[in-house]
Amino acid sequence: MDAIFESLPQYWDGFLRTLFLAVVSGVIALLLGTLLAAMRVSPVAALRGFSTFYVEVARNTPLTIIFFFSAIVLPRLGVKFEQFEVAAIIALSSYTAAFVAEAVRSGVNSVPVGQAEAARSIGMTFAQVLGFIVLPQALRTVVPPLINIMIALVKNSSVAGAFFVLELFGYGLQLSNSRGDAVMWILIGVAFFYLLITVPLGLLAHFVERKVAIAR
Amino acid sequence: MTTQVSGEALVSLNGVNKHYGQLHVLKDINLQVNKGEVVVVIGPSGSGKSTLCRAINRLETIDVGDISIDGKKLPEEGKDLARLRADVGMVFQSFNLFAHKTILQNVTLGPMKVKGMDKGTAEKEAMALLERVGVGHQAPKLPAQLSGGQQQRVAIARALAMKPKVMLFDEPTSALDPEMINEVLDVMIQLAKEGMTMIVVTHEMGFARKAADRVLFMADGQIVEDATPEEFFTNPQSDRAKDFLSKILTQ
Repeated sequence: MDAIFESLPQYWDGFLRTLFLAVVSGVIALLLGTLLAAMRVSPVAALRGFSTFYVEVARNTPLTIIFFFSAIVLPRLGVKFEQFEVAAIIALSSYTAAFVAEAVRSGVNSVPVGQAEAARSIGMTFAQVLGFIVLPQALRTVVPPLINIMIALVKNSSVAGAFFVLELFGYGLQLSNSRGDAVMWILIGVAFFYLLITVPLGLLAHFVERKVAIAR
Repeated sequence: MTTQVSGEALVSLNGVNKHYGQLHVLKDINLQVNKGEVVVVIGPSGSGKSTLCRAINRLETIDVGDISIDGKKLPEEGKDLARLRADVGMVFQSFNLFAHKTILQNVTLGPMKVKGMDKGTAEKEAMALLERVGVGHQAPKLPAQLSGGQQQRVAIARALAMKPKVMLFDEPTSALDPEMINEVLDVMIQLAKEGMTMIVVTHEMGFARKAADRVLFMADGQIVEDATPEEFFTNPQSDRAKDFLSKILTQ
């Protein structure tokens, strides 16, 4: 147990880096995923096709392979970055966006078709119907699955530790090498700091869900 | 009131046909509705009257034929269609008020987003409309907090806020409790008196008698009769209409 308290500075640094990765990737994934969901329901066949293709490829590929691709293959294709954090953010957000897109799409399907018809009949364009009427209602109904996806994202960010990014899990690996006598405690400490992010997310889901519910 | 009101055609349908798979829901529909006319469409369920109503603002596409609003042919999907729809008010059976917006926002959204009206003007006009349909004091509430009759009156106000040339009503009272039907019909009768061009799909014969200039009777996807309410109710020509009337008037 002493191993945890002695390593608090490293834990704290790792915690902040994990939080940073998760927040940045989460925001990008939410935006990209919503955009993909919008494309998926658009009247333009090419957009629907692209979105379907993207989602199926991204969600059916193991995250480690996506990390490998963005950390090692992308630079060889000429996409250079100074830090591996960028690769981690690309991998995490492009992977998570696929799940966000599917959740949002299910939300869109749950909005009664009459809502869109009413919006169309007062002269709104497709983009307006989606932006002002359908998505605001869809997003409210998918708060619980979205938070699930965000919790998964936080934990998935640990894969970055294996790709030269020093975050919570990366520090965990370092610490367990240097404190071979207390590997168990070191890893329990790592898990604890992950819980520090994921448990509040779950509570937030509960709160937001009640706050934004729409009566019909 | 005459069957052929002379005047300019606001809505005209020429040779309109539509299929749902095998089902031929609209058969060669030719119809002209002039400015200021109130046309009531009645008929048994499945006769295609709702489809006809929804085809006029292209919520339903048609296979053959053409539909024009105020001389302009109904465009395919896109910005032109949206612009044209802004001129055609629509009231649905299930109200379809925007569930996440307040009553006031439901009415101001169209004028602000579609017509680019500023918020102050939109709210002032919306409040006047809400007062007119008798729900002004409900403005800050959400749709689910209102009764069905109130929601439908808000839906009428929402459509009117766009200053439409013609209003379509698709069974506006069919989802309402009996005691709420009249509060909606009163608003519609008032609107008819003010000269609004209206196409109303309904089962309310009282409304047809009181406010209609013409009654269309539809059966099996065809317009079987097109007459004044007087003629239609006292002297229906077709067997289908006689049969239909005998069933509903004995109730």
